[in-house]
Amino acid sequence: MAESTLQTDHPEGLDGFVRDWSSDQRTFKRVSWGKAMMWIFLLSDTFVFSIFLIGYMSARMSTKSDWPNTSEVFSLHVGGADLPLLLIAIMTFVLISSSGTMAMAVRCGYARARKATAGLMYLTALLGATFVGMQVFEWTKLIQEGVRPWGNPFGAEQFGASFFMITGFHGTHVSIGVLFLIIIATKIWRGEFDRPGRTWLKSDAGDYEAVEIMGLYWHFVDLVWVFIFAFFYLW
Amino acid sequence: MTDTTTLKPPTAHVEGQQHPLKLYFLVWGLLFVLSAFSYLVDYAGLQGLARWSLIIVFMLLKAGLIVAVFMHIAWERLALAYAILLPPLAVLAFLAIMTFESDYTLATRISVFSGH
Repeated sequence: MAESTLQTDHPEGLDGFVRDWSSDQRTFKRVSWGKAMMWIFLLSDTFVFSIFLIGYMSARMSTKSDWPNTSEVFSLHVGGADLPLLLIAIMTFVLISSSGTMAMAVRCGYARARKATAGLMYLTALLGATFVGMQVFEWTKLIQEGVRPWGNPFGAEQFGASFFMITGFHGTHVSIGVLFLIIIATKIWRGEFDRPGRTWLKSDAGDYEAVEIMGLYWHFVDLVWVFIFAFFYLW
Repeated sequence: MTDTTTLKPPTAHVEGQQHPLKLYFLVWGLLFVLSAFSYLVDYAGLQGLARWSLIIVFMLLKAGLIVAVFMHIAWERLALAYAILLPPLAVLAFLAIMTFESDYTLATRISVFSGH
């Protein structure tokens, strides 16, 4: 009965949209404050990354020098052949895989499968750490080749500043995500989410929503990489 | 009946998200395929309009799948979905402004640095 009341109170579609936004107390019906706040944080983060990418676009469009050929700059020498963007492609697949395992973890969380949830989150963290490790390798390689924020041997000087700023900020996001994944996964593994009582991550026993909120952040990091991959590496 | 201290059964979680496993695997697979396609754009050495349009199409498809399915926006109420998805459109206005600005900067640099 409670469920049907909920449905009649909150119509779907545009009508529901208008009613939610003009209603008392709470705009985001059936969304916890934690999830709503994570979404609003991600929205603000969207603007941060958008501004980085637009700044990069402005630098690239306004320079007289040729932009370095990313296909060659980021190529990897394997077995006597230069493979363009190989490392970046592997990094992309690693991050997508981690998004997949995260989605599975969220699903297991709502099914209250304690060990599966924690295990999948650890796997997600491992893939994230692998991504950051490959990024460190990439940075090291470029720095050894003489790429600096103020210049590089391949072309336009703004290349280095854009590269370090954008991938550095994204890598920081991944690293923070890995830390939080490990923290939450460890708490779940220990059974803290199945004990009664409120903590900063749950309202009561069996409240696994923190996994979904963590997942939102993690998928966002993957989402940002989709745009960086397209605009910085492929363009 | 409304004792909140007892463990809630899995299906009673009003704010939870439960979707078929098959859907997640499908999206996962599609993201792999689309990433492979974007990579192939570079590998095949496509240039010009074909390159840009393909890169953007694959990018938007990937972004849409992640946001809609992995981040569950497809199942959220419109009040939340619009609050999150509409504001980033302002970025497009900023993008347009900076395109004109960058063109102008380039024109200035060409005329000033050319040595005349």
